[in-house]
Amino acid sequence: MNELRCTIALTVNGEPVVETVEPRQTLVDFLREQLSLTGSHVGCEHGVCGACTVRVNGVIVRGCLMLAAQCDGARIETIEGLSDAGEIADLQTAFERRNALQCGFCTPGMLLTAQELLQAGGMPSREQIREHISGNYCRCTGYQAIVDAIEAVAQQRAEAKP
Amino acid sequence: MKPSSFAYLKAKSVEHAIDLLGGADDEGRLLAGGQSLIATLNMRLAAPKLLIDLNGIGGLSGITVRSGTVEIGALTRHAEAERSAEIARFAPLIARAIPYIGHVAVRNRGTIGGSIALADPAAELPACLLALGGEVEIAGTGGKRIVAADDFFKGLYETALGPQEVLTAIRLPAATAAARVGFGEFARRRGDYALVGLAASARTSGGALADVRLAFFGVGATPVRARRAEAELAAGHLDGAVAALASDLDPADDVQASGATRKHLAGVLLRRVAAQLTQVSP
Repeated sequence: MNELRCTIALTVNGEPVVETVEPRQTLVDFLREQLSLTGSHVGCEHGVCGACTVRVNGVIVRGCLMLAAQCDGARIETIEGLSDAGEIADLQTAFERRNALQCGFCTPGMLLTAQELLQAGGMPSREQIREHISGNYCRCTGYQAIVDAIEAVAQQRAEAKP
Repeated sequence: MKPSSFAYLKAKSVEHAIDLLGGADDEGRLLAGGQSLIATLNMRLAAPKLLIDLNGIGGLSGITVRSGTVEIGALTRHAEAERSAEIARFAPLIARAIPYIGHVAVRNRGTIGGSIALADPAAELPACLLALGGEVEIAGTGGKRIVAADDFFKGLYETALGPQEVLTAIRLPAATAAARVGFGEFARRRGDYALVGLAASARTSGGALADVRLAFFGVGATPVRARRAEAELAAGHLDGAVAALASDLDPADDVQASGATRKHLAGVLLRRVAAQLTQVSP
């Protein structure tokens, strides 16, 4: 059958990218292997663990449950982009201060997910934070410190607002 | 794991998707949100030769309320319906059920139509469609047809959809002041598929419930109406309704839970959901 290669044009962390991909290539594999953006991790590869979380057109998705071929025209942001832009510097500091990571495998996905919750504004309850990160597995911390860090940043951002 | 090779084409219209399905000799699959399909491909539980991406088709997404009907376009994302004021007001059962679907990143991408068309027996939305007595709009080579929810779910992952048909929308009766809905499920973890779930709708009529529809999920090959329990509940007999589940439901044993456990949990859920149905709506 035809169409076994596709050319896609997209922006990744603000930079235009034109690449040729195989249809079966997932978005996260494309980012890691073709663009060398290895901050997004490959865990379960079936949408359960959240390690591959990236932003597509402004919302977080599973990088393993989207095909690179589907991203023609899309705006992709990864942990590298959010980190370099300083968008989540406060979250990264809070994670470090509170030991909200050990091995760090889940951390990029956890940060992107937390940022989506915090961007909605307001002061989420611990229950809402737990619910929001329920699709991101951490096997080291037991989550307590992660919830602490997200809660602390929510507080800081709420106080920083006039 | 990684998927095996397939070709990929973007459908330009519903008619184009139908043509592509026809040319694929039963080896084509429609790609909507992909939140179940791509996982299945990654695990190589499916290996289609062609994926037909519906995502670029205009007009397949969106929520409209008119003449007593809520129409949800097949490509409407779960997250869009979750935030929709129309859904909250006119399809409150859907609003209650969506937070139970997967996780936030999955709801950002997954579609209402995809969930109904896949018909996972433990999924929330097929049961909601059944509980609300909704209908499904299907496009095929001969044009469009409408199938009632009661006739749509045929077996395990089997629906009334033919091999060359596309689900284009679902339609639900818009909630009136007398409408009551209830929803609950038991899962081992947040976002997991339900061990047992229940979507329910009814109408208040002079202090009693009428037109009770109870759709259990996770208890069989399809979402299951508990018809004896519905009649008992409409007659005001909650204990009788719980007892009737013994004959209405026949869940199998699996690695998650035994059939007996599921049956017990179904009774617990029915009591909770019945309490929601009899509450005055907020």
